[in-house]
Amino acid sequence: MVKKIVMPQLGESVTEGTISKWLVNVGDKVNKYDPVCEVLTDKVNAEVPSSFSGTITEIVVQEDETVAVGTLLCCIEEEKQTGTPVESNKPAASVPYEETDDSTMQSAKQQRYSPAVLKLAQDYNLDLSCIQGSGTAGRITRRDILQIVQGKKQAEDSPAQQIESPSQSLSQAAASVPDIALPSESFDASSADHSNIHQADEKIPVTGIRKTIAKRMVQSKQEIPHAWLMVECDVTNLVSYRSQIKEEFKKKEGLQLTYLPFFIKSVAETLKEFPILNSQWTDNHIIAKKAVHISIAVATENALFVPVIKDADQKSIFGLAKAIDEMVTKTREGKLTQADLTGGTFTVNNTGSFGSVLSAPIINPPQVAILSMEAIVKRPVVIHNMIAVRDMMNICLSLDHRVLDGLVCGRFLKRVKQKIESYGTDIGLY
Amino acid sequence: MAVISYLEAVSQALREEMQRDSRVFVLGEDVGVRGGVFRVTQGFQEEFGEQRVIDTPLSEAAIAGVSIGAAAHGMRPVAEIQFAEYIMPAVNQIVNEAAKMRYRSNGDWNCPLVIRAPYGGGVRGALYHSQSVEAMFCCIPGLKVVTPSTPYDAKGLLKAAIRDEDPVLFFEHKRCYRSIKGEVPDSDYTIPIGKADIKRQGEDITVISYGLSLHFALKAAEQLSQEGFSAHILDLRTLYPLDKESIVEAARKTGKVLIVHEDNKEGGVGAEVAAVIAEECLYELDAPIKRLCSPDVPAMPYSLPMEKFFMLNPDKVYQAMKELAEL
Repeated sequence: MVKKIVMPQLGESVTEGTISKWLVNVGDKVNKYDPVCEVLTDKVNAEVPSSFSGTITEIVVQEDETVAVGTLLCCIEEEKQTGTPVESNKPAASVPYEETDDSTMQSAKQQRYSPAVLKLAQDYNLDLSCIQGSGTAGRITRRDILQIVQGKKQAEDSPAQQIESPSQSLSQAAASVPDIALPSESFDASSADHSNIHQADEKIPVTGIRKTIAKRMVQSKQEIPHAWLMVECDVTNLVSYRSQIKEEFKKKEGLQLTYLPFFIKSVAETLKEFPILNSQWTDNHIIAKKAVHISIAVATENALFVPVIKDADQKSIFGLAKAIDEMVTKTREGKLTQADLTGGTFTVNNTGSFGSVLSAPIINPPQVAILSMEAIVKRPVVIHNMIAVRDMMNICLSLDHRVLDGLVCGRFLKRVKQKIESYGTDIGLY
Repeated sequence: MAVISYLEAVSQALREEMQRDSRVFVLGEDVGVRGGVFRVTQGFQEEFGEQRVIDTPLSEAAIAGVSIGAAAHGMRPVAEIQFAEYIMPAVNQIVNEAAKMRYRSNGDWNCPLVIRAPYGGGVRGALYHSQSVEAMFCCIPGLKVVTPSTPYDAKGLLKAAIRDEDPVLFFEHKRCYRSIKGEVPDSDYTIPIGKADIKRQGEDITVISYGLSLHFALKAAEQLSQEGFSAHILDLRTLYPLDKESIVEAARKTGKVLIVHEDNKEGGVGAEVAAVIAEECLYELDAPIKRLCSPDVPAMPYSLPMEKFFMLNPDKVYQAMKELAEL
């Protein structure tokens, strides 16, 4: 029996995937759970396992093709069950493609034109999509076209425009040729304002992951009304505390103690107080997520990944440090799995690590907010009417204004700030 | 003009040619005293004598061999093979000698021979009296294969065949003999071999056929016309060589082609007709070329229901024509 393998749903926001590599060929035997292809979805390479044991009979989607979740990827002739002689007597060929959807066959039939119809449509410059066919299942027949040409029947809309004599359409085509003077590079006509490419310029091919990033960013910016807030935090206490213990921590745990676990802890705790920031927008509902899974942005040379620290609200500073280290290592080594990348409910972006003091991050849908932690810099600050030198840090929040308003976010940021500023010698690491 | 049967038309043509040309003679099993099993040569022996109406032994190879020798000698033999499927023992003579004589002798010799053979089913004749064997000879350059479907064509074509300078296989559908009647001039006329004929003008579908099934198509076309579809019907008349020009013209006329014949489908004449159309005018087709033929089984069954199942009939042809017309 022929079974189908379709593009799986590899994450909650995943709507499509790109076949990056086929691991099998037509005719190959595969066992159940064997990987058949690699799929590139949102920022990850995942393997699609076979749901059946059998022989690959057809590969429908080619490498580098992007298809929607649920699209047929390949067909597999399932191995016959042993011990069912009745079934094994049945010729396999009698039931091929038994799951073939009738409606798709129907629509394919409707779009297919006979050579005679195509030729006449060209000769008389007719738009076939405007013609109602009289044949079986609405097929356009030669007779339909001839009737239109002879004026007995009219094309569905604007018939006068559709019917032109061949000589007229030819002269029009000839006249319009000079207007279509495109550069030899086949640019999309809509991107006419691209500056000319010089010979010294380098053309960089867009990788799959870059395409994914581009698409997700565009989607986020186009769909989500971003608003933005920033507060300043005085992290002098945290800075001195960390410098006291970091050597010992390194020795004891084998890990660098960065500021990030402290920041995530402050955010995770505050999210429990303001669950609306830990939510998702659907068109009809706002879903406040119970679990607190913090996405962290990790950059490599060429791409940006957002692995997830699961249940960050249940982790100690040490636990967070360990989880972060694990994710960063996996990212650098390209070993992230789909599970590592899905389920985030809020993103913390450590922009300070490369020296930024101000940023306006783009929300990572379906999340509703993203907080960036900027660089800690020493600045003169007025405390009790005196000028002091303090370790200062900006934190910047981008929010989805469909879900969140300035007030609640302001309160949220204030609470995060309080927590971060309170971190000092009295905070436990474990 | 007199309305006569297909059989009478064949008989008339033979008689007139024997009267016209003393070199013409007939030979075959039971053609003399008996006047032929279908009575085509009834009264011939009385009229032309035993020398020109020869009863042969039951040896088709001899009938063909004698005819070829006589033809080479300058005579005009018209051999009868009693039933078309009996031709098999004579195939070597026909294919290797008759068909190739002109070619082999660089034009010094030719073989003006006609072999008549009743073919086809629908007469409860079972396998030895019902077969269609024409396709087997439609791939032999040097032979001509003629299959008239009307009395008029039968007379004109048989005369042309007898006057032809090279061998002609003349297959007469035995179901047509008495069931098909038509107007036939008493006068002398011939119809050129190698020319198809439009038997009905139409706009919506083209039916290409020959022999008995052509009549089924004509009948079905009448029924179809009541539903607003007009059928254009081409009678091939000569199966080899095919009249490619007429075939392509008829196919172009409507863009939808149904080929109908009683012979088996696979490798039948329809396959070659379809190939010609596909080669010459694919881009004018409005639908896949369709064939309606007998099933690919070894021979005609004897059982009456099974014979009916095997044979085409006007209703089967009508269904196929309607399906194509509505596509």
